[in-house]
Amino acid sequence: MIDRTQVLHVARLARLQLTDDEVERMSTELSSILDHIETISELDLSDVAPTAHVVASEGALRADAPRASLDHDVALAQAPDPADDGFRVPSPQA
Amino acid sequence: MTNLTNLTDLTAKAAVDAIAAGDLDAAELFTAYREAAAAEDLNAYTWVADQTPDLSAAAALPLRGVPLAVKDLFCTQGVPSQAGSKILEGYRPPYDATVVAQLAAAGTSLLGKTNQDEFAMGSSNENSAYGPVKNPWDHTRVPGGSSGGSAAAVAAGLAPWALGTDTGGSIRQPAALCGIVGLKPTYGSVSRYGMIAFASSLDQAGPFARDVTDAALLYSHMHGRDPRDATSVGRPDADAIALPTGERLDGLRLGVPDDLTGEGVEPGVWTAFEAALETAKGLGATVERVALPHAGYGLNAYYVIAPAEASSNLARFDGVRYGARAEADDLITMYTKTRHDYMGTEVKRRILIGTYALSSGFYDAYYASAQKVRTLIARDFTTAFAGVDLIVTPTSPGVAFPLGAKTEDPLSMYLNDIFTIPISLAGIPALSLPCGLSEGLPVGLQLAGPAFSENRILEAAYALEQAFAFDNTPSAIGGAPS
Amino acid sequence: MSTTTYETVIGLEIHVQLKTATKMFCGCELTFGEPPNTRVCPVCLALPGALPVGNAEAIHLGIMIGHALGCEIAPRMKFDRKQYFYPDSPKGYQISQFDEPLCAGGEIGGVRINRVHLEEDAAKTIHAGASGRIHGSEASVVDFNRGGTPLAEIVTEPDIHSAEQAGEFLRLLRTTLRVLGVSDVNMEEGSLRCDANISIRPAGTTELGTKTELKNMNSFRYIERGIRAEVARQTALLDAGERIVQETLHFDPRTERLTSMRSKEEAQDYRYFPEPDLVPVPVDAAMLDRARAAMPELPAARQARFEADLSLHPDTAKLLAWRSELGDWFEAALAASPDGVSPQTAGPLANWTTNELLTRLGGDVDPATSKVTPAAMAQLVALVTARTVTAGAGKEVLDTLIAEGGDPAQIVEAKGLGAVGGEDTLAPIVAEALAANPDIAERLRGGDMKPMGVIIGHVMKATKGRADGGEVTKLVRAQLGV
Repeated sequence: MIDRTQVLHVARLARLQLTDDEVERMSTELSSILDHIETISELDLSDVAPTAHVVASEGALRADAPRASLDHDVALAQAPDPADDGFRVPSPQA
Repeated sequence: MTNLTNLTDLTAKAAVDAIAAGDLDAAELFTAYREAAAAEDLNAYTWVADQTPDLSAAAALPLRGVPLAVKDLFCTQGVPSQAGSKILEGYRPPYDATVVAQLAAAGTSLLGKTNQDEFAMGSSNENSAYGPVKNPWDHTRVPGGSSGGSAAAVAAGLAPWALGTDTGGSIRQPAALCGIVGLKPTYGSVSRYGMIAFASSLDQAGPFARDVTDAALLYSHMHGRDPRDATSVGRPDADAIALPTGERLDGLRLGVPDDLTGEGVEPGVWTAFEAALETAKGLGATVERVALPHAGYGLNAYYVIAPAEASSNLARFDGVRYGARAEADDLITMYTKTRHDYMGTEVKRRILIGTYALSSGFYDAYYASAQKVRTLIARDFTTAFAGVDLIVTPTSPGVAFPLGAKTEDPLSMYLNDIFTIPISLAGIPALSLPCGLSEGLPVGLQLAGPAFSENRILEAAYALEQAFAFDNTPSAIGGAPS
Repeated sequence: MSTTTYETVIGLEIHVQLKTATKMFCGCELTFGEPPNTRVCPVCLALPGALPVGNAEAIHLGIMIGHALGCEIAPRMKFDRKQYFYPDSPKGYQISQFDEPLCAGGEIGGVRINRVHLEEDAAKTIHAGASGRIHGSEASVVDFNRGGTPLAEIVTEPDIHSAEQAGEFLRLLRTTLRVLGVSDVNMEEGSLRCDANISIRPAGTTELGTKTELKNMNSFRYIERGIRAEVARQTALLDAGERIVQETLHFDPRTERLTSMRSKEEAQDYRYFPEPDLVPVPVDAAMLDRARAAMPELPAARQARFEADLSLHPDTAKLLAWRSELGDWFEAALAASPDGVSPQTAGPLANWTTNELLTRLGGDVDPATSKVTPAAMAQLVALVTARTVTAGAGKEVLDTLIAEGGDPAQIVEAKGLGAVGGEDTLAPIVAEALAANPDIAERLRGGDMKPMGVIIGHVMKATKGRADGGEVTKLVRAQLGV
């Protein structure tokens, strides 16, 4: 069960605006999905180790060798609001 | 040269051979596909090459300039890569995904980008910001998802083959629903670099093809350890993906998991599946029951792990460096409005589930538990593969369903992937092969094997393919488009 | 006025930028003030599809820090994601370490180390003033050059009890890191940054008080002043019967004012989970050995060596060893000593370096930046030891060396600073001094040695300070027969 308040809390953590209708709908839908998920609790998992990676990798580090960076223009080419050679964003203080 | 109207009927392997023999011009083949793709009415493509490139160099390479359709979420330098999302509308990456670059180096030529569920989240392709894709067998039905555009394009003859990605079934399920072959390789065997991520620990790129040979040929040029992807692994058998040739299954032990194949499977699908098992026996295989006691919890674990990783992977879409931005006076509103206005409902749903599952106080009950279930499921498969060579199931519990049939009930949509998800969690390879029809629509047979057993799977699938002699031309069937 | 005395409890979190050639997870070179957004790539801009790969050298440097601080090194390098939205965090999460830090435990300078973990630095957000696009609102501009620089975060236990102790600990830590060569450790440039967790409690009690966090102080002096200001603020609050509120504070060194900072995410819920894009890497014996082999002599060991081999006073040894540049300069001078390396040469040289030279240069100045070469210093001290010049004249030579540089012997020669000695030269001057002061001569003859200084002063005046006091005394006694 996930109520409106929890939906709003999670949406805030995820930086996601929701309309009132969306909050309502998500609350209902997420509750039914989470109810289904929660049948996991039928299992005794106390002695089971978690798996984060299924396939062991070989040597996952790289040598400290420089590679070319992107051209400045390319780096900024897709910016919604480029300014002063950087990516402009509204102030967090406003 | 070859009659133009027949060019798109060639399998990729046949085209490669014809170009190599000098019987076919690569540019002519490209043009034929480009014109077909540009005129298509399935909404399978979101971008099609606007001209035929100079293929003289590519035609000398192993894959001879044969065109390739690429799922939209693969980054293609200078070409729109939108992952089915409005937030990436018009986004042109400054680099190629490793697998895209690798296949170009092997001689494929980029024909187009294919439609998909937004950020690969979906089983019907109805979650695309660029509209749903129609199933070439019946335009009122879904092609499956999330790689629906790639599957529909290959099935409809709009591409000889295509790239897709599979997180919980997104190659296998649309391959099944469109009557073609789809391979989800062993996790890590194909680089994920440049694939716009959904769930990092599950995402895997793979081929769609009209037949098993083409799937093997494309995959043979896709795999390999990539120094840019720390989770990628080289195949233990090096570069040896062989094109399958055998027509018998003598001695092959097939396992049918009781724990998975119970309720919820459409009768027509079940009939086609049982007939496929009989065919396998006829080719010399044995069929036995195997236990996968925890596979039934796969969906539960998957719908924690995948959304959790997605909630994190999609945090980069924040309106700062690229993509759409909603204007606002302050930062927080810019973030929340951008993500609200330019992300679709299913994406939001999964971001919320994932954020919830990782949030303080719920991590152990959800995320940690799901990872433990993942351990149990992987262990189940290891145990099962001690007794059988391959595990077989229907790929999907049903055939292609009507557009709109499941959009209002997310859980019923999720249940489409009940057979494919446990395999994704275990990271093992599986292939979907068309094995017959139900209600005039294709049914897929899923063959899964231990990690890196792609050759075994391809060999078995090839033998079955010869025996099924499935006609994968949608227009040949009664349920053809009106 | 309250009579309660309080004990201060301080724990430090120190961020150190590691001196690798490239960033933590991509091949971009580290930035040294390049134009904005010129050291960026798909990985550190968090473009869709890009994946991190860990920098082996950063892990090597991390292990060296662990060795230096006496930590236990984890058996594997495991990364986690720490989620927070901010423009300086392009992925929406920082790759850090949560439950398995690379190094745990340890101690340095009497302060226990809790952990050392590796992570990536944030980008730089520059205030841009009013934005032209949105009327009246403020804006920032993000430069991702710094984003992804490797960081080691060193966390101490709350073992520090004063601002001075914090300063002394940080100096030792900085020297240790500098000697290790793992970082530039320059606070002004941000390669060493320090946050302090501060609380106070009634003396004699053991329960920790509510702590506040003092963030981002960029010099040792500010850290000490900031801590003093915060301790004073907390003391005043408790004395007034008020409560300490847990918050993050910024110390403005100009106004000495502490202001509360807005947190990056109001609800601090970082939703840590294992980084799925990075497989944990075993920290094997080869990595540990390589780091051990790269370890130079550390300040504590150097101090011990100075005390044992050179018989330096512990305070002098500590000063020279804990300021590595001073120690290096001193050892260079000692190596150049004309009388060889021994406690007899080291003692005077150490005293001249720490007392005379440092006092003249200013306490924090690195002598290597002065005009005095280590060899010149060694020669000067040898001249004084041989009594070729008096101590007083030696100081005059040092003044000249500091002002102009040069060779001590030549300066003595040019300025006529050579000691005036020998019975032939000094005896008449002593006789003259005794004659000029008959009362004093009488008292000395009567055994009252107290006024000896008057005679010495007279002689010094006559010789312009170039006579040796001991020799004068001897001559006085001889001439008076006492």
